Amino acid sequence: MSVRKFKVWRGDSGGGQLNDYQVEVNEGEVVLDVIHRLQATQEPDLACRWNCKAGKCGSCSMEINGMPRLSCMTRMSTFEENETVTVTPLRTFPVIRDLVTDVSYNYTKARELPAFAPPPGVAPGDYRMQQIDVERSQEFRKCIECFLCQNTCHVVRDHEPNKEEFAGPRYFIRAAELDMHPLDAKNDRKEFAKSQQGLGYCNITKCCTEVCPEHIKITDNAIIPMKERVVDRRYDPLVVLGRKILRRDQIAPTASAEPTVHAGPVKVADDMAPVDFGREPTPPLPPELNAKGHVNLNEMLSDRSAAASPFGDDLSFPVDPKGLNYYHPDKH
Amino acid sequence: MTTLATRPTGAKARAEISAKTLRTDRWWLAPLITAVGLFAWVAYATFRVFMQKWYWVDEYHYLTPFYSPCVSEGCEPAAAHFGRFIPDSPWIPYAALSLPFLLLFRLTCYYYRKAYYRAFWMSPPACAVPDGHKNYSGETRFPLIFQNLHRYAFYAAVIISIFNTYDAIMAMQKANGDFGFGLGNVILWVNVIMLWAYTASCHSCRHIIGGRLKHFSKHPVRYRAWTFVSKLNTRHMGLAWITLATLAITDFYIMALAAGWFSDLRFVG
Ligand code: SF4
Ligand code: SF4
Ligand code: FES
Ligand code: FES
Repeated sequence: MSVRKFKVWRGDSGGGQLNDYQVEVNEGEVVLDVIHRLQATQEPDLACRWNCKAGKCGSCSMEINGMPRLSCMTRMSTFEENETVTVTPLRTFPVIRDLVTDVSYNYTKARELPAFAPPPGVAPGDYRMQQIDVERSQEFRKCIECFLCQNTCHVVRDHEPNKEEFAGPRYFIRAAELDMHPLDAKNDRKEFAKSQQGLGYCNITKCCTEVCPEHIKITDNAIIPMKERVVDRRYDPLVVLGRKILRRDQIAPTASAEPTVHAGPVKVADDMAPVDFGREPTPPLPPELNAKGHVNLNEMLSDRSAAASPFGDDLSFPVDPKGLNYYHPDKH
Repeated sequence: MTTLATRPTGAKARAEISAKTLRTDRWWLAPLITAVGLFAWVAYATFRVFMQKWYWVDEYHYLTPFYSPCVSEGCEPAAAHFGRFIPDSPWIPYAALSLPFLLLFRLTCYYYRKAYYRAFWMSPPACAVPDGHKNYSGETRFPLIFQNLHRYAFYAAVIISIFNTYDAIMAMQKANGDFGFGLGNVILWVNVIMLWAYTASCHSCRHIIGGRLKHFSKHPVRYRAWTFVSKLNTRHMGLAWITLATLAITDFYIMALAAGWFSDLRFVG
């Protein structure tokens, strides 16, 4: 056991600062253990997001000594005994409080990407794939959605306005996975990656690959192959010529008209009203606060047995589809 | 103890952290080494390409890769295996047909792009270190959209590699027509093999060979080839640097022989 020095960022969207702490560290511990000890002994209201402590849920992403990492997978033994370890929230996303950031940018981008398109004429349950075809996309399925890659990518990290056009490495691997999927029936995914996901913004400097805790070769196996696939269809002279002569592998006539956040209301089906995917969903009502501006945590004062939800307690399920800013396939 | 319930509000501000980067490791070392290495190589290559002498060892038929194929009217007749048809001028390299394509090949190479974007363009210099530019549009517009030309450059590089192989074969015949083999031949062959390995490990090559397929299972042969190229491809960065080294060493060795600074170590003949 030893006492080590830490700097932890505390604050919210209104501002914050790095506070100094001295915390006990035991053998075999990781940074997340230290954050927990800090909560238990000195800062009971330090906010941090975590779940599995096994590097599998992707919740505990933060920046440790300036590098985006999973705090549950960063061993204290990798630092010098007398080194000050600095822990800050992810920089690219808006901060909610302390080490917790609002990663909804990523969910928005996920919704923009068209899902797997079932092959025509094959019933679910009859899908058959060879192992070698499966293997290729299995690498991408390892993603735990920690969003470290999204956070590190300089395209959005250093240039906030690019968030509109740029979907980020996590969604390039998704695009690649679907485009390489032998049963996926959509054939305009390359156009989509170029025109809607902003694949061209990536300058293949490989930071996403460097930080990925699942060691997915994001740049080599997803981004560059997708760039090459775009080149195939748009820039390669031989392929263009071959397509003319052999009249096959026809390019999709237009870029995908799939819904995107920056596209405004989109008609998703003939019998449905257009959906505005970029609309801010109506926020749920906050929990009731007492006279001091606090939530009644004491069960004597509260009208329910569990703690109040920060998202409000008046939420009933299923949610009214009109309140969603995405298209729910079963509810319209 | 505060128990204020903070719920996600509409406010969208990033955490206010004044330090540009909090990285404590030597993140600047890798871009620095890259910048120095690339700069030194480009300086040497430019100097040699415009030197227009000491590129051919007549006795052993050694031709440096920087002058291959030698097509200028200024070339020594014996070194010009494919004719001389480009006007002789101090501003036109003797290998004016191949060098521009090789330059394009390396400039648009996915590895070198990473290297110079990081080391020279600071975009970004290292991960989680801020980009040195205010605006950024990546490779979406002019001029960087031309990075997509890498495919053409790859085709050209394959053809040029054939010329380099031809040179290596020709160098095993001495001026008097006899077979000969010396240290220079070893250097030439190592260079050619490394050039082929670099060219074959190219990401465009990997894509053309099999990467563009959706069904590996329907193309077993291409799948095998793709697996092989993929293995080479993981070493692409290493090969990029090795070939810079072999090119410079080959050229320097031939320059030294041609200038008479030392003589070739002969094994046969
Ligand atoms: S390789 Fe591309 S996507 Fe990945 S971090 Fe770099 S710019 Fe972003
Ligand atoms: S690709 Fe890697 S870094 Fe990115 S979200 Fe998935 S697991 Fe995290
Ligand atoms: S807590 Fe689940 S990944 Fe760290
Ligand atoms: S030569 Fe480097 S990617 Fe093609």
